[in-house]
Amino acid sequence: MRDPRATFASTAAQLVEEDLSVALVYAEISGQYFGEVERRHPDRVVNVGIREQLLVNVGAGLALTGLRPIVHTFGSFLVERAFEQIKLGFGHQDVGGVLVGSAGSFDISAGGRTHQASGDVPLLDTLPGWRIHVPGHADEVEQLLRTAVAGDGRDYIRVVSQQNGEAFPVTPGRFHVVRRGTRGTVVAVGPTLSAVLIAVAGLDVTVLYASTIRPFDGHTLRETLDRPDVVVVEPYHAGTSARQVGDALADVPHRLLSLGVRNPELRRYGSPEEHIAAHGLDAAGLRASITRFLDRAERAA
Amino acid sequence: MTRQELRPGSYDDLQRLMSLMTGDEKHSNAATSTLDVLWVLYDRVLNVSPDNVDDPARDRFYLSKGHGPMAYYAVLAAKGFIGEALLRDWGSFDSPLGYHPDRNLLSGVEISSGSLGHGLPLAVGSALGLRAQGLDARVVVLVGDAELDEGSNHEAVELAGALALSNLTVVVVDNHSATYNRPGQIAPRFAHEGWHAVTVDGRDHAALEAALTKRTDRPSVVVAEVEEKYS
Repeated sequence: MRDPRATFASTAAQLVEEDLSVALVYAEISGQYFGEVERRHPDRVVNVGIREQLLVNVGAGLALTGLRPIVHTFGSFLVERAFEQIKLGFGHQDVGGVLVGSAGSFDISAGGRTHQASGDVPLLDTLPGWRIHVPGHADEVEQLLRTAVAGDGRDYIRVVSQQNGEAFPVTPGRFHVVRRGTRGTVVAVGPTLSAVLIAVAGLDVTVLYASTIRPFDGHTLRETLDRPDVVVVEPYHAGTSARQVGDALADVPHRLLSLGVRNPELRRYGSPEEHIAAHGLDAAGLRASITRFLDRAERAA
Repeated sequence: MTRQELRPGSYDDLQRLMSLMTGDEKHSNAATSTLDVLWVLYDRVLNVSPDNVDDPARDRFYLSKGHGPMAYYAVLAAKGFIGEALLRDWGSFDSPLGYHPDRNLLSGVEISSGSLGHGLPLAVGSALGLRAQGLDARVVVLVGDAELDEGSNHEAVELAGALALSNLTVVVVDNHSATYNRPGQIAPRFAHEGWHAVTVDGRDHAALEAALTKRTDRPSVVVAEVEEKYS
C-alpha cells in the first residue's frame, strides 16, 4: 500500500512537470521528496525555508499572477499558524490555490501538541468557499490532488498516514453509500472508515463515506435517511460538521452524535493508534459510542 | 492657486480630490505621508494605466499599508482608474471605496489590504510568479515604517534577498511612526539581507523617480522619509 504523503509529493511533482501553470511552494517540510523537481523547475518549485506566514502569502501572490499554487507543510503550521494569511491572501483577495496539510491529528502523536492539528478543518470552515478534502487512502490523495489542481477554486487536502483498507472513487460533493440500514446513519470521514465498518458490524445502519467533507453532501444524507439518528465520525475536531447536519435536516426531527478529536488537551505522547483510541475513534470505542447512542435513541423514540 | 491653473489629473488637483473625501478644504498634500510617492509611481514609474489593468505584463503596485487610503484613491481618480464621483461617499455601504481598499470592488486596485504585514509577502509571490512566466513586469509594494514591526515582513525580506528577486521594489514611507523606531536603521536592515537600498526625501519627486526607476540584479528598497507623524 502506498504512503499517502509520498503519494502527494510524487503527484505534485508530476503536476509541476505536466503543467506550466502549476507552482509548488513548501516550507522545508517534505523537502526530502522535492529535490529533483526543484532542481528541474527552480522557478516554479520554491522552498521558502521555515517561514509559514510567507509560505501562504507567496502561494497567494503566485496566484495573483495567474499560476495555480500547491502550498504545503504540516497542517499545524499551514492552517493553525498562518490562518490570517489563508483568510486574506486567498479568500479576501479571491484567488485560488490548493493547500495540502499533512500529519493531521495523529501522525506525530509522539511529538506532542505542537504537531497535532485537530483544528485545521474547523478553522478553514469559518472561511467561505473552501473545498475540504479528507482522503482516506493514498489513491484518493492522488485523485483529489489532480482534481483540485485542475480546478481554479480554493481547496484544502488533509494528508495523513492512517488509511482505509480500500479506496473509493473520488466524487467531490457526493458521499459514497457504503451500505444501507434502518437504525440510523453513520457518516465516516476519510481514514475513519475502516474502524467504522468494524464498529458497526452486525448493526443495521447506513454507512456513508466522505473523502470530501466541504461541500457537505446533505442531499445524500437526506435521500438515504431512514431512522433520523445520525452519527458523524471525523478525524479532527469533534462536531465540525454538526451545523451542516443541522442544515441538511432542518425540517426533520433528528438526533446527532458527533465523534472526533475531543477538545481537552490529551497531553500524552505515544503512537497514533494510542491517540486514536484515547479519543474513542478506534473500532472498540466507536462501537461503544454508536451502540449506546442508537439504544438510547430508540428508547427515547 | 486659482481655478484657472488647476489642471484635472495633475498633481495640483490631488488636494481637491482628497477634500472630496475629507470635507477639509485646508487639508494639504504634505499632511498625507504617502501622496508624493504614490503620485510619482503612477505618473512617472509604473507601466500601468486604465488601458492595461488586465494585461498580465503590467507592472503591479501593492498598497500594503491600506490604512488611510485617501491619497491612493485620489491618485487613482486623477489617473482615470476610478470616477471622481465615487470619492464623495467613500466608506458608505454602497461604495466600492472603503477605509481599506478591496481589489474585488475596484478596478486598478491590485491587492485588498488593511491588515499589516501581508503586502510584501504577497509581492514576493507575485514577483516569483512573473519571473516564472518570463514576464518583464515588476512589483512595487508600499509599506509604512511602523508596518515593518510585523514579523511577516522579515520572512519576506530574507527570502527575496536570498532569491535575488530583482523585479521586486519596496518603498517604505517613513514618517517615524514606529514606537521603537531608530532613525536611519531601515535601509541597513534590507541591505543586510542583500537588497539594494537607498534613502530619499519622500517629497522630492525627482529623487523618488530616480530611486524608483533604478533596476539592479537584486531586490530594491527605497526608504522615502517624510515629516514625523507626531512631531
